[in-house]
Amino acid sequence: MDAVELYSEQPMKGGFFRMEKKIERQTLILRLDGDLDMKTAGTLRQAIDHEIERRGIRIVVLNMEKVKFIDSSGLGVILGRYKKLLSLGGKVKISNVPPHIYKIMELSGLPRIIRFFSDETAAQADNEEGRGA
Amino acid sequence: MKVNQLVLTFSSVAENVGIARMLVASVGAQLDLPLNDIEELKVTVSEAVSNAIIHGYRGESGRLVLLELEINKETLKITVSDEGCGIPDVEQAMQPAFSTDPERMGLGFVFMQSFMDELEVDSTVNQGTTVTMVKYLDRSTASPSH
Repeated sequence: MDAVELYSEQPMKGGFFRMEKKIERQTLILRLDGDLDMKTAGTLRQAIDHEIERRGIRIVVLNMEKVKFIDSSGLGVILGRYKKLLSLGGKVKISNVPPHIYKIMELSGLPRIIRFFSDETAAQADNEEGRGA
Repeated sequence: MKVNQLVLTFSSVAENVGIARMLVASVGAQLDLPLNDIEELKVTVSEAVSNAIIHGYRGESGRLVLLELEINKETLKITVSDEGCGIPDVEQAMQPAFSTDPERMGLGFVFMQSFMDELEVDSTVNQGTTVTMVKYLDRSTASPSH
């Protein structure tokens, strides 16, 4: 596991966010932990874009198990990576979404364009070509 | 009858969005609101404050955002104000999927509308924007949680 703490601070300050990343061939798995808002969305965007550009990553799996909060800034970054990867023939997959986070994502319409999986293994095993869902 | 009132003024920096969320979450917990309602209040405040910083002040960090929480017997009123650039067309800005930034989803007002019982946006170009939102607290016999 190539674990990198890209950003971290005490939860009581608000806006705690960190990521663990794992790369397998052209797939980037990011395990997100904390709040995904306007403060931290840029960190996620940079992390994904960096791997797309430097390593030719085409599939990104976002494991949301430890995400405590998401708003439209976080959703916007996920949508932006979906659009970017789609134009490169790649895709974004989402796994392990807690129910309260899924509610927000559902209201945004994101599950209509991005595929959701129960866990990372299911997301990685899915080899369906083209766009999700 | 005003039962309690909190006013927080803070710099227009991203770090403060989480603090604003924590304040409303604490008030929600004190009011004994269900966890789901507290989550929704956090999203609501996060959107309103993010809008003030990103759009009102166009990311300028040296400005001030005002968050007011007014707890009445039956309502929680949340007001978020900035003295930024204002919204030229409020009706258009409130449309779902309207966004001035292709990386954003234009969902800020959609969330605020969905999660609050009342929403009012008062904006004057070059003077600022005030978003006033009300949540009804007496839900004991109200419709099931949405």
